[in-house]
Amino acid sequence: MSAPTLTPGALARRRRAESWRRGWSEFRTHRSGLVGLGVLVVFVLVALLAPVLADSDGLSVTKATGGVLEAPSAQYWLGTDDNGRSVLTLLIWGSQVSLMVGLLATVISMGIGTLVGLVSGYFGGVLGQVLFRVTEWVLVLPQLVLAIVLASLFDPSLLVISAVIGVTSWPGTALLIRAQTLSVKERAYLERSRVLGAGHLHLLRRHVLPNVVPMVFANTTLTVAIAILNETTLSFLGLGDPTRVSWGSMLEDAFSVGAITTGSWWYLLPPGLCVVGVVLAFTLVGQALESVLDPRLRGRR
Amino acid sequence: MSVVSEPALASAGAPVRRGSGYLRFAATRVAGSLGSLAFLLVLNFFLFRVLPGDPARTLGRGRFTTQEQLDAFNAAYGLDQPMLQQFVTYLRTTLHGDLGISLKYRVPVTELIADRIGPTLLLVGTSTVLAAVIGIWLGVHSAWRHGSRFDRFATGSSLTLYSMPEWWLGLLLIVVLAVGVGPVPGLFPTGGLHSVDVDVWSFAGVLDTAWHLVLPVATLTLAYLADYAMVMRSSLLDEIGADYLTTARATGLREAQVRNRHAVRNALLPTTTVVALNIGFIVTGAITVETVFSIPGLGLLATEALSVPDYWVLQGTFLVSATAVIGLNLVANLVYGLLDPRVRA
Repeated sequence: MSAPTLTPGALARRRRAESWRRGWSEFRTHRSGLVGLGVLVVFVLVALLAPVLADSDGLSVTKATGGVLEAPSAQYWLGTDDNGRSVLTLLIWGSQVSLMVGLLATVISMGIGTLVGLVSGYFGGVLGQVLFRVTEWVLVLPQLVLAIVLASLFDPSLLVISAVIGVTSWPGTALLIRAQTLSVKERAYLERSRVLGAGHLHLLRRHVLPNVVPMVFANTTLTVAIAILNETTLSFLGLGDPTRVSWGSMLEDAFSVGAITTGSWWYLLPPGLCVVGVVLAFTLVGQALESVLDPRLRGRR
Repeated sequence: MSVVSEPALASAGAPVRRGSGYLRFAATRVAGSLGSLAFLLVLNFFLFRVLPGDPARTLGRGRFTTQEQLDAFNAAYGLDQPMLQQFVTYLRTTLHGDLGISLKYRVPVTELIADRIGPTLLLVGTSTVLAAVIGIWLGVHSAWRHGSRFDRFATGSSLTLYSMPEWWLGLLLIVVLAVGVGPVPGLFPTGGLHSVDVDVWSFAGVLDTAWHLVLPVATLTLAYLADYAMVMRSSLLDEIGADYLTTARATGLREAQVRNRHAVRNALLPTTTVVALNIGFIVTGAITVETVFSIPGLGLLATEALSVPDYWVLQGTFLVSATAVIGLNLVANLVYGLLDPRVRA
């Protein structure tokens, strides 16, 4: 009966690994979450392997080889666009932009949301109240309308569109983090840590943040879904980066060249299906994560 | 779902004041909305006049070729004055309903908005009512029989609709039902609010307008209903195991009575607010769907302004839509407070 002696660090590591394992086995019971995860892996692989899967020459209007809006054939599996480019090539390269903007916008949104939520929840007082009010004010503004207005003021680029989506979509996250922080703040071990002389930075970093992070994590996947939808809509309205092909810009092009009336379904259907697929996948993963992390939701599905 | 703002979440952490009445609750809510309005006014000023650096260039992009024109423009809008003075002027004109003059149409923006608000209200109003009714029905029935085939179908469809850009759904509906696929002829018009040759106010004109609105309303209804269905489902699921339902059953009530008179009544509470709180999302839907179906409403006005770009129209529509959202939000909160005394605390 000799217990192995472990350093506190090894103990913490072991406990963390254990909780990850438990989380994963809980996640595995959510079939929809697993399907979503699988779909995401496929899309990420396609985006990363785009240069291998499709020659980037296929994006050039001048090097286009096909006819105008050609129906799918053995050579062009998904037909061609109005410039004679392969729709499949555009679709593959478009996944890069959609995923990149979605992730970048989410990082910005999460960063602002977490910071505002943590500070307003932890510190309270005048600063906390002011931040809380600002969060509420931004929350009631119609998010995409604000994004459209902001995007119209700058020259379009990937960074601008990501920033615009990020700075308009953080209030929901901030409120969530704030509520979580408020409940963590009152716990006894924080009190004890404070008595032992821990500073604000230490408390925030070592005690509050680790408790809030799981919620941030689940919320992130849902935010990515919304960011990708936003990117698609902004691009459709002509506010995307004009030098890059994204699923939204493909649909804008399809709409403006009249793919609807010519019945060119191969230019209209695939980009939209990709958007639905990715957004749905992120949403499913997010929901599964939420119920893994929030025991109250278990058995809900 | 993060598009759904939970009222309970927003008020979490507010200090609990015992014994405060509805009036007090209403006063805080009104004050909050006034704060939002003030914030909106300041934001609008900053967005269009401070942020771009040179407002004359932004507000009249590409329109001014000579220095005289530029000076005349700056003087006309007071842009040559100090910032604070400009802000005061901006506040005065905005509060008087003067939103500037459209660069494209050469008429006051207020007039344009007044002309275009009708179709938007008609489209958005009809879709919201339909979506709420259908969505709530779907939510109730999938929650009551959760895990059933109906539930899985309804939840799956809701999630898919939720993941879909609403305007893409509109494009698909146009292709299938208006243009026609293969041997199937187009049944509905591809766009517009009504035919050009009819008197809008005659009986035939009303029918014609309704005919034109079928597809856009269907698109928006499908886009909105997902939220209502999901919120209704999850709030009813919260009630389903509750003791008072067992009590109700024990008194011999039929299942439908237990559901409609007891469970749904409680679960409706959060859902009613979502109907109104989602108005921001509804505004967005109107913008893109009006563009796709070329319905001459506020949304189309805004997207047309984007390509000019007509900043006066853009800031006007932004101000009006955001004000509407803030107003409806307040109404939703006040109604919620009336229905549920717990949030008044």
